[in-house]
This record gives sequence, C-alpha cells and structure tokens, in this order.
Amino acid sequence: IWQTNFPEYQGPEKIVIRRYSDFVWLRDRLFEKNKGIFIPPLPEKSAVEKFRFSAEFIEMRRQALDIFVNRIASHHELQQSEDLRLFLQAEEETMERLRSHETGIFKKKPSDLMQIFKDVQSKVSDAVLGKEKPVEETDPEYEKMKHYIFELENHLAEAQKHAYRLVKRHRELGQSLSDFGKAVKLLGASEGDALGKAFSELGIKSEILSAKLQKEAHQLLMNFEEPLKDYVRAVQSIKATIAERANAFRRQCELAETMKLKEINLDKLMLIRSDKVAEAEQEYKEAKSEQATKTFETIVKLMNEEMGRFQEQKTLDMGIAFHEFAKGQARLANGIADAWRSLLPKLEACSSS
Amino acid sequence: MMGSHNHSVEDHPLSAPPHQMENLLLHDDHGVGGDETKSFSTNYRSAMSTLSESHHPLSPPIVAAPAESDPLRSPPHLHFPDSPNPNTSSSYIDPPSYAEAVFAPYDGETNGVDPPSPPLSLSRSPSSSAEYLNITVSNPVKEQETSNSIVPGSNSYVTYLITTRTNIPEFGANSDFGVRRRFRDVVTLSDRLAEAYRGFFIPPRPDKSVVESQVMQKQEFVEQRRVALEKYLRRLAAHPVIRKSDELRVFLQVEGRLPLPATTDVASRVLDGAAKLPRQLMGESVLAPHEVVQPARGGRDLLRLFKELRQSVANDWGGSRPSVVEEDKEFLEKKERIHELEQQINGASQQAESLVKAQQDMGETMGELGLAFIKLTKFENEEAVSNTQRIRAADMKGVATAAVKASRLFRELNAQTVKHLQDTLHEYLGLMLAVHSAFSDRSSALLTVQTLLSELSSLQSRAEKLEAASSKIFGADKTRVRKLEELQETIRVTEDAKNVAIREYERIKENNRSELERLDKERQADFLNMLKGFVVNQVGYAEKIANVWTKVVEDTRGYVDEST
Repeated sequence: IWQTNFPEYQGPEKIVIRRYSDFVWLRDRLFEKNKGIFIPPLPEKSAVEKFRFSAEFIEMRRQALDIFVNRIASHHELQQSEDLRLFLQAEEETMERLRSHETGIFKKKPSDLMQIFKDVQSKVSDAVLGKEKPVEETDPEYEKMKHYIFELENHLAEAQKHAYRLVKRHRELGQSLSDFGKAVKLLGASEGDALGKAFSELGIKSEILSAKLQKEAHQLLMNFEEPLKDYVRAVQSIKATIAERANAFRRQCELAETMKLKEINLDKLMLIRSDKVAEAEQEYKEAKSEQATKTFETIVKLMNEEMGRFQEQKTLDMGIAFHEFAKGQARLANGIADAWRSLLPKLEACSSS
Repeated sequence: MMGSHNHSVEDHPLSAPPHQMENLLLHDDHGVGGDETKSFSTNYRSAMSTLSESHHPLSPPIVAAPAESDPLRSPPHLHFPDSPNPNTSSSYIDPPSYAEAVFAPYDGETNGVDPPSPPLSLSRSPSSSAEYLNITVSNPVKEQETSNSIVPGSNSYVTYLITTRTNIPEFGANSDFGVRRRFRDVVTLSDRLAEAYRGFFIPPRPDKSVVESQVMQKQEFVEQRRVALEKYLRRLAAHPVIRKSDELRVFLQVEGRLPLPATTDVASRVLDGAAKLPRQLMGESVLAPHEVVQPARGGRDLLRLFKELRQSVANDWGGSRPSVVEEDKEFLEKKERIHELEQQINGASQQAESLVKAQQDMGETMGELGLAFIKLTKFENEEAVSNTQRIRAADMKGVATAAVKASRLFRELNAQTVKHLQDTLHEYLGLMLAVHSAFSDRSSALLTVQTLLSELSSLQSRAEKLEAASSKIFGADKTRVRKLEELQETIRVTEDAKNVAIREYERIKENNRSELERLDKERQADFLNMLKGFVVNQVGYAEKIANVWTKVVEDTRGYVDEST
C-alpha cells in the first residue's frame, strides 16, 4: 500500500500514479542540479506507522504534494527541468528504475565522489594544519540574511506548534460539548414538560455545535496549520541551500589556493626550463576552467533573486492562511451564536408558562 | 409595582424583590476594591434590580441604568429580551446590540475581581414580598481560649464577624447588627436546627475538616471557611421556614456566648447512655413522650437504640409486617425521582466541569498563538529588508491581536459559565444531601413508631397473661396485683409516647411533602435561570468573538481575491 498522487501535466492531459518516494527523487535531483534555487519543500515522512494511513494524514500529505508540484511547475527555471518532465510523464516502471538508481552512494557521479573525497581531504588537512574553522563568507548582508533565516525558523516553529495545539483544543471542546449535551438530555428526561424540553433542546444544540467544532478543527488543520508548517519547511529548504552555498564558497577558496600553488609551480618549472612545463601548463589551464568559482557566483545570484521571490510568495501565502483562519473562526463563532440564540425564545416560553 | 407583578417578576430569571435595591447603596460603600464578596454581590444585585425595574411592561424598556450605579463598572446597559414588548424583543433581530447590551447582568467579572463567594444564583425570593435577611461573614480573627487547659495557649481558634441586615419583625427593632462566632457555634446551630426542623430540607453546613486546617496554609483555609460559612448562612436565610427560626435568630443576633445548648460529642453521649442502661434494665424502661420526638440514634438512650435496631431488623427480615408502614405511594415515587435526579445532576455537573476546562484550554492556547505571532511580527519588522515583509508583519499583527482578544473573551465566558452552570449544579448537589437527611428523619420517626407499637403490643399481651393468671387464683396475690398495676401504668405511658411518636411522624411527613413541593417549584425556576444564563452568555460572547475575527477577514480579503 503506497501513498500515491495524480498530477496532471500542462498541454495534453496525462494522469500518472506516483509514490511519495518518487517525489523525494524529484526533489533530490532538482536540488542537486539547481544549487542556489530554493526547492519547494516536501511533507515529512511519517515516523509513526499507524498514523501513516489515517485519512487525515493522507489528505494533509496530498495537499502538500500538490502544492509542491505546482510550485515547481510555476518556477521559471525549475519548470524547464528534464527531471520534472520525466516525473510527470514517465510510466510507473520507468520511475521505479530511476528511483532505485538513485539510492545511496550510487546517486553520486564519479566526479561528485571525487569532490566528496577532496572535501574530506581538505577537512583533514585543515585539522592537521590547525585550521579548525572552515572558511566562511564574510559578506555582512549575507550574514544578516542567514541570521534572519535561522531565527525565523524558531519563531515559525513555535507558532506552528501553537496552531497545532489549537486544532486539538477545538477537537477537545467539541468532544466535551457532545458529552455535556448527552448529560443535559438525561437531566431533561427526568424533568417534565417545558423545562424538560428546554433541557433536551439544549442537549441537541450542544451536539450540533460539537459537530461544527470538529469540522472547524479539520479546516483549521488544513488551511492554517498546514500552511504554517509549509512555511517552516520552506525555511528549512533555504537552510539546505545556505549549506550548499557554504560548500561552494569553500570549494572556490580551495580552487583559488590550488591555482596559486599551480601557478607558483608553473613559474618555477618555467624558470628551470623543465620538460614538465607542458604538463604543468595543462594542469593550470584545467584548474582555471574549473567550475567552482562560476558555481559559487551563480548560487549567490540565484539566492538573491530567490529571497525576493520567497518573501513575496510568503506574504501572499500567509495572507491567504490568515484570511482562512479568521474566516473559520468567525464562521464558528457565528454558528455558535446562532445555535444558542435559537434556544432563547423557547426558554422564554418556559418561564412564562 | 412588585405586588401586582409578583408572579411574573418571580419567574423572571433575574428578578429580585425591589427591596434589594436598598442594599445597593449600602453595599456600594464597600464596593470599591475592599471586600471582594460584597463588590461582586453589588454587581449582581445592581444588575438584578435594574432588571426588575426594566421589566415593568409599561415603562420604557430599553436601557435602565440604576440610580446607584456600580462604581466599578460603566453604567450597565440592560436589554433583556423577554417581554412581549416589541422594543425589547428587537434584541433578537439585532445581534450586535445583543452582544453589547446583554452582558451587564452577567458581567460582574469584568472588573477583574474574582469573587470567591458569589451570592446565590438561585431565584429564591421569600413569599412575603417585602422581607429580606442579608448576611455577610467577614473579618476572621484569631482568639485565645480563655478557659484553663492543660497546655496553656494551645487552644486558639478563629472567630468571624457575622453582620446581618434585615427588616424581619422577629428580629426586633434592630435592622443592622453583628456578632462574632466561631465555627463550633455554627456546628451547634446546625445540630439544633436538625433537631427542631426534622423533615425539612436543611442546607448542609460546611465540613469540620480537622485535617485540612493543619495541612493547608492557615490563611487560605480561613478564607475558604469564611466563604463557606457565608454561603451556608445565606442558604439558611433563603429557606422560608428556617429564616424565621429562633435558633437562627439567636445565632445572628445575640452577642456573647451562643445561648443554644451545645452539642455534646458522641463519646460522652454513649457514656451517659451506658450509665443509664443498668437502671433501665432493672426497672421497666419507660420512654418519656418528649424523648420520642428525637431519633434514637443521636441520643443517650442506648436501650431505646437497641429496641429500635431490633425493630428495624424485624422489619427487614421478620415474617410479619409492622402495622404502620410507609404507604404513601406518591412519596415513594417522588423518592425514586429524586434519586434519579440526583444522579443526573451529578452527571451534568461533571460534564459541565469538563466543558469549562475545555473552554479554558481553548482560551489559553489561542492566547499563546497570539503571543507567538506577536513575537514573529516584531521579528519581521526588525529584520525587514523588503517592504513585503512589513506588509506581512502588519497582517500578522492583525491576526495576533484578534487571537489575544479572543483568548480574553474565552476566559471571561468561562468565568460566567462557571457561575451559571457549575454553581447552580453544585448548589443542587448540596441540596440533595439535605433531602437525604430529611428523608432519613422520616424513616427514623417511622421506626420509632413501629418500635413503640410492637412494644405496646407485647406489653399488652403480658398484661393480658398476668390478668388471666391472677383471675384463676382466687385471692389475688399482692405482688402480682402490684405488678399488674405497674404494667398498666407502663402501658399508659407507652401509649402516650406512641401517640406523640405518631404525631411527630405525621408532622415530618407533612414537612417532607411541603418541602418537596417547594423544591419542585424552585428547581424549575433555578434550572431555567441556569439555562438562560448559560445560553445568553454563550450567545453574547460568541458574537463578540465573531466580530473580532470578522475584522481580520475584511482586512485580509485582498489576498483571496488576488489569488483566485
């Protein structure tokens, strides 16, 4: 039993069936190939086995996955990705093959493996040479942005926690109203006539309101708590990009150092007219053409654009979420007021009889 | 005004006899900040009397601000929707005004004072229209036991100032007086009342709680006890028969030592009884008629206790039915219903408690959410690099403010719910205890009658045998004649006792009946009040909360239109 989704592709409509792990594959590939872009976040794997198949969880996940795909499709760079096209169109067997190729270390191409090796190497040499701290950027604006992102995550997480609790409170209130309604009905049963009827009406209204509360709890979950959670995930995705940028920066620094070393070497060789000069020249040219600097610069540029877009998007998303939240609360409160208000004429009738 | 409209006003949920308006002035003196209980009762009474004024069908119905307005609140608006008068009924059609207006009577909490001892939320109004008996308990003071005890200084106790305000003629010319009483005096009062008013639903007194006074902080305990005492005395004052009792009057009015016979503890009673027992067994035990009026259980007469015990066993297990039994079918039915009612009140009370807790939690979490958003707002504003962040911060602030407001409203609603729902239900649970003891008065009186009847019949059969024996022997035996005479004397006294016992039993039966009637009527009114109070509150607060959120809906409407 797998978690599935049915995305549609623009143009000729196509329906495919995808598992959660397919989405993970897509996300990972996009992340690898589009460093600097904030990849839309995925909903979490569920740690608890039992919860995984509850209707509510599946709906929450479906909504999040839907948003994920649509965000990618509307991002002017990501939408051009070959991986996206594959994801949206390939047959299930193809996806399965692709998925199994990507597991673990086999995900990395040989050059990536080399890079990992070099990273480890440099870390070791740093430690050996007493350079404990990895090299970091010192751009003050960027520092500010990093600090903002990290703090933001904390604040958002707290808000989301309370939002989730609020959902629970709605459910609890609903439950206790239902129990209360039953007890009141019983009380009314032993009273006679008008008063008894009044009690039983009260009980009925309580049960109606209980149902309203349960419904509102669900709305609150889907339209307020989930967007908040999504916000948190988005921030975490940004943090991943920040990590990538740090990596890229380090590689760029290493490249600069390597080039310097090679240049020195080349000059030395040229001075002594060694026959190794050609070799060294070749190496130097190779080093120069390495992508590290370009990669880093691309990331920096992309991140700036993405930040702007992120902020705009979030204002919109939260605006909608706030609107839905307030709408739901107003709807609930009005429903409560209406239900109780309808009782009053009956209560009045009791006292005058 | 009150005379002719007495009926309708009484049934009015918040009606109060107009004389209570007079208390307003007096209570207002204490209203500001000082005595917590008084300030609350001020609010409540001012609201109640305002209501009674506005209820007059001919008077302009809309807003009635009492002449003596509560110093702690802005003038209360009253818009109670119940008369056939079209103006007041407009509150149904006009929700916002409802939200604004309806709170006054139920809004006693907004001044932030949490009253520990609210006045009875019950609609009791004495049948004679102009009488009132208002009691306040205050000013607890520690005093020393003056009598010499083995350990000097070990006996300290607390006395409370009990002030009464009344116009009941039995209290004499005095309308305003106070005495100091200690808890032991209250126990005495309660015991004397229980003796004198068998069959009535006497409100149960506060517990003795010997242990608690050690465990709790002295201050807290004294305050709790003061509150409980006040509630108890007020309930006594609300009982139509007991409020006129000598016992209560003496307790409230007579300064110095309480001139009621003190209750002796169980141990010494048993000892006394044991001392009497040999004498009783030697001679013929004669139950003096006046003793019959009290149950055997609490008394000193052990022999009588044994006899009645034997009788009750015979009733349960013996083959023959006693000649007088509880036959009143109506009573038995009512008893069943009362029992059922008690169970349901219990159930409802429990659920009310959990409802209150759920509302409380909701309010708390909403508040926490609001605070989290306020922090976020501040953060975004501080770190804002782009304008869109500021916009988002502003939106967030709107939501946060609304959430905090809603949270506060929930908590207020809850306090009111407790007052209406929980307090009334608790009052009735206490009343159930009184009902139980009234019913047991009845059954112990019945037992006394049954015991006497069977004793009488056995005495009579002994007398018959003695007569038969002596008639056979010619020349009456002097001792036998004497014995017969003694026996007949005993029979006569027992006859008297039996008659007294039967009268007592009938009296108690009548008390039970009239009390049950009163209970039914008052319960209807009280429960109706409770429901109304609860519902009106819920409506009002729900409307307010809806308003708070509607504003945010409007403010954020732009986002939804944009995205669709």
